[in-house]
Amino acid sequence: MIRRTLVIARREFASYFTTPLAAVFLVIFLFLAGLFTFNVGGFYDRAQADLRPFFQFHPWLFLFLVPAVSMRLWAEERRTGTIELITTLPFGLGELVVGKFLAAWGFTVVALALTAPIWITVNWLGEPDNGVIVAGSIGSALLAGSFLAVGACLSAATKSQVIAFVSCVVACFLLLLTGFPAVQDFFSSWAPRAVVQALASMSALIHFESMVRGVLDARDLLYFASVITGALLMNAMVVEWRKAR
Amino acid sequence: MLIETRGLHKRFGGIHAVRGVSLQVRRGEVLGFLGPNGAGKTTTMRMICGFLEPSEGSAWVDGVNMSLDPLRAKSRMGYLPEGAPCYPDMRVEAFLAFIAAARGYRGLEARRRVDRAIELVNLASVRRQTFETLSKGYRRRTGIAQSLLHDPPALIMDEPTDGLDPNQKFEVRRLVRELGRDRAVILSTHLLEEVEAVCTRAVVINRGTVVFDGTPAEMDAMAPAHVRSSRLDHVFRTLTTGDVPGGAA
Repeated sequence: MIRRTLVIARREFASYFTTPLAAVFLVIFLFLAGLFTFNVGGFYDRAQADLRPFFQFHPWLFLFLVPAVSMRLWAEERRTGTIELITTLPFGLGELVVGKFLAAWGFTVVALALTAPIWITVNWLGEPDNGVIVAGSIGSALLAGSFLAVGACLSAATKSQVIAFVSCVVACFLLLLTGFPAVQDFFSSWAPRAVVQALASMSALIHFESMVRGVLDARDLLYFASVITGALLMNAMVVEWRKAR
Repeated sequence: MLIETRGLHKRFGGIHAVRGVSLQVRRGEVLGFLGPNGAGKTTTMRMICGFLEPSEGSAWVDGVNMSLDPLRAKSRMGYLPEGAPCYPDMRVEAFLAFIAAARGYRGLEARRRVDRAIELVNLASVRRQTFETLSKGYRRRTGIAQSLLHDPPALIMDEPTDGLDPNQKFEVRRLVRELGRDRAVILSTHLLEEVEAVCTRAVVINRGTVVFDGTPAEMDAMAPAHVRSSRLDHVFRTLTTGDVPGGAA
């Protein structure tokens, strides 16, 4: 089962590099990550050896870049008709869903790994707490994974990559939205404390920021694991539903 | 029995596309699946291959129920989908290597299977080209190569010669005839001469129902004696429209 999942993941991962998508994505991601960290985030002005300015913009970078990675996962298969080929090969549905997700996640982890010069820079300039940076990186990878899983599910529902992209941006925005200070303030002015806390606990932003502060809490890990698992289960249901239609 | 369906039905919302199709294909049989556009040929084949779930009824490949044990059933069949879809950016060789890996072959055995499939359908000259740069004929042949790579006992091909030039059609038909000697093959086609040239049996489907099941000779015998040419066309039109044009006589 694992071997077949990896067969799918390898093909899918390689496919990113046979088109300009990989190069365009990586260049834009690295450029924006640098821009946000050093210019917008005031990396030098803060005079602190940490990567908070780097991580704090990740949710917003991912909001637009991750859907570009996930949009093609299933929609492209439907558009070209290869969905008929791949689903009549001896792959289990779970193997297809997980294999595709792992490929996309692997690709975004490569993009994150390529930001290593920023980490080297901060270590060269000062003495940052690398434990906090590791926690932030794990949080970043998990946030990207959550967005990818949601995007994969939405990609399975359509043959249009544009629809897959736009719906993924909206869904991921909603996933972040409940953590907005403005939304929290709005609810905390009238809603019971329990409701405000429940909304905050569903927010990807709150869990991500907790990890960026260096706290590797089991609840945060469980949250991201639940979002990824739930979205992939829905992805499988969508593929199966379309088969029965 | 290598391919069998019992009472296959498929409904798409309010449309009843396939209405109780039952087929049995034995080893050594090449079944020509005929019917007008929209008759339910592709839908039936998609249900046999496990791409679509039947609304009612079941399909078996080499004795394995497609709905109950899809992985085992799929490993025993080769399928050429309509239009022979493939990944546009993949090279022919890499695509077939992917299919070999999907079929569970590794290392030298995978390499041997890919080389053999390339040789069988004469793809050697384009093996390093990407699919999007291939002509329609080579695309179709790549699709056929992937369906044969694991030497399956059951083969299902949706219009394998569609869009090929006469020479390519001749080659593919010869290949299908050879393959059909020790396999069960279902091929759908619009070309009635293909049935005469390749098939040992013909099934005509119209509006989702089987309206003829017999040998090409039996189909030919259904045409009136005064019809001298295009006798299968005449029978096909009679079966699928009820119309018997005088011009065919």
